[in-house]
Amino acid sequence: MRPVYMISGGITKFAKAHQDKDFRLMVKEAYDYALRDVPRFSKDMIDGAVGSYFSDHFTRQLKAASMVQDYLGLCPKPSKRVEGGGATGGLCFQSAWEAVASGRMNCCLAFGFETMSRVNTWKGNEFIALASDTNFDFPVGGFYSGYYAMMVQRHMHEFGTTVEQMAMVSIKNHANACYNPYAQKAKRLTIKQVRESPMVATPLTMEDICTMSDGAAVCFLASEAVASKVCNHPVKISGVGSGSDAMRMADRPHGKVILLPHEREADYRELKYPGVHSFRGGRMAAKLAYEMAGISNPGKELSFIELHDAYTSSEIQTYEDLGLCKYGEGGHFVESGMPFLPAVDYGLELPDRGLLPVNPSGGLLACGHPVGATGLMQAVFAFWQLQGSVEKHLGNGKLQVKNAKRGLIHSHAGTGTYITVSIMEAV
Amino acid sequence: MENKGTIVYGIDPLVIRDHYEIDYLHSYAEDSPFFIGLTKGKLLGSRCTACGYTYSTPRAHCMECGEPTIWHQLPLTGRIHTFTTCHYGGEAFLKETPFTLILVEFADADTLFLSRLKGMQPDQVHIGLPVVARFAKVPSFKVTDVWFEPADEE
Repeated sequence: MRPVYMISGGITKFAKAHQDKDFRLMVKEAYDYALRDVPRFSKDMIDGAVGSYFSDHFTRQLKAASMVQDYLGLCPKPSKRVEGGGATGGLCFQSAWEAVASGRMNCCLAFGFETMSRVNTWKGNEFIALASDTNFDFPVGGFYSGYYAMMVQRHMHEFGTTVEQMAMVSIKNHANACYNPYAQKAKRLTIKQVRESPMVATPLTMEDICTMSDGAAVCFLASEAVASKVCNHPVKISGVGSGSDAMRMADRPHGKVILLPHEREADYRELKYPGVHSFRGGRMAAKLAYEMAGISNPGKELSFIELHDAYTSSEIQTYEDLGLCKYGEGGHFVESGMPFLPAVDYGLELPDRGLLPVNPSGGLLACGHPVGATGLMQAVFAFWQLQGSVEKHLGNGKLQVKNAKRGLIHSHAGTGTYITVSIMEAV
Repeated sequence: MENKGTIVYGIDPLVIRDHYEIDYLHSYAEDSPFFIGLTKGKLLGSRCTACGYTYSTPRAHCMECGEPTIWHQLPLTGRIHTFTTCHYGGEAFLKETPFTLILVEFADADTLFLSRLKGMQPDQVHIGLPVVARFAKVPSFKVTDVWFEPADEE
């Protein structure tokens, strides 16, 4: 395998609906933005593309990625579609990485999109729930927020995690988004407002859950030769990992924790793992990515993280899977203030504020979650952080993590059925 | 074909109504005995013939070792492993809200079973609560032919 670099990225504003542009035009906008950002790069240097979108139900257009390929003028170059639920974008990013790492391509375009506004929110929830076992799970009341609510109820039972800790995640990500013009749902919240917003599935309220969106994102990945020729500040993708778990939450086996280098078996003597409180696939993804990138203590060796916070609860669960803290300590981790940004006012008391910012962009909770674009959106924000170009792209530098050296992006499907972790580094 | 007209929601951009529906022939295939079991008041899990791993939600092959499983009758009582009350849902279930989902754990089984809890106020539900299976008198041949209600403490 040879080194792979990200050389440019682009995104559309994520919005409830973009009725004035279809998925082809959304991708085209993000793509043109990314091309403009690397003037020495040209379209004929692209060897092929990987497209990602989650649902044929939402788009009501099979082979939609082919329509993007021709709209961008990339025919007859190689192309394919990658689909993996909520992790679709992260899988697409890694598929493009594979194309370059293997030597098959010198430059591969990763593009992703979702058009979720063609159906109402509750039909949309029904489509998403079809990504659960249709014999045993969907007919009982197919609803992902219900599945995540059951997971966090167990997390609260095992570890004492509180709804106030979850609300702090919501406050953080929505406030960060106030400085991100691409975000869909920027706002200032208090713990009381999060808890008093309409209950969706106990204990998750509307402000604990991300929204559906229309949007697109693209990344250009390239070999060292191409990157050094066209890009002043390429970012190296130094580690990729992915993992999986059983489709049915009911089937999650109880075994031993998959340990990271800085953990010991004695830390988890009593813990039945993963149960329904943790994501074994996320831990596997992190372990593989850390091994490739040479990371032995993630909490100390990462500058920031963009993770898949479809729910406030899953952000807390994911801190633990990624080894930012031990299993069971995710609630305390958010209370410590570590995942908050130093420069943003949250109206909260945060003792260790800003030591390891998580979702400086606002994450899924505030940016929105146009599924096929989401994992690539994270890559674009992480790319800008590591280039130190946040101010240039967002119009303000409030979200820029100072001296960002190494970032982690995390994309997550189902109730943890596919998960990707990729490590990106400034060079 | 009869022209019933097209509903137009807007003209800039042009947005129209596009209706779509389909009937599937949904075969339960190797899972079929479970659904037949529900019509007889039985909860059928499965057990691995090689390693003995016991599934509360059945599967024909063991996901631990890959060997075939055999049908295994579960007790009709278990305990709540976790729960939630849904105040919203997918469109198909929206009219049934609020409803309570539970994962049930059974003695001597390694995995759980997703079902609905009925007959209890949502704020009374808690982890560890004993529950008992109830079955539909008129089967719909869906997993909702079984649900759970609170059982007396043993």
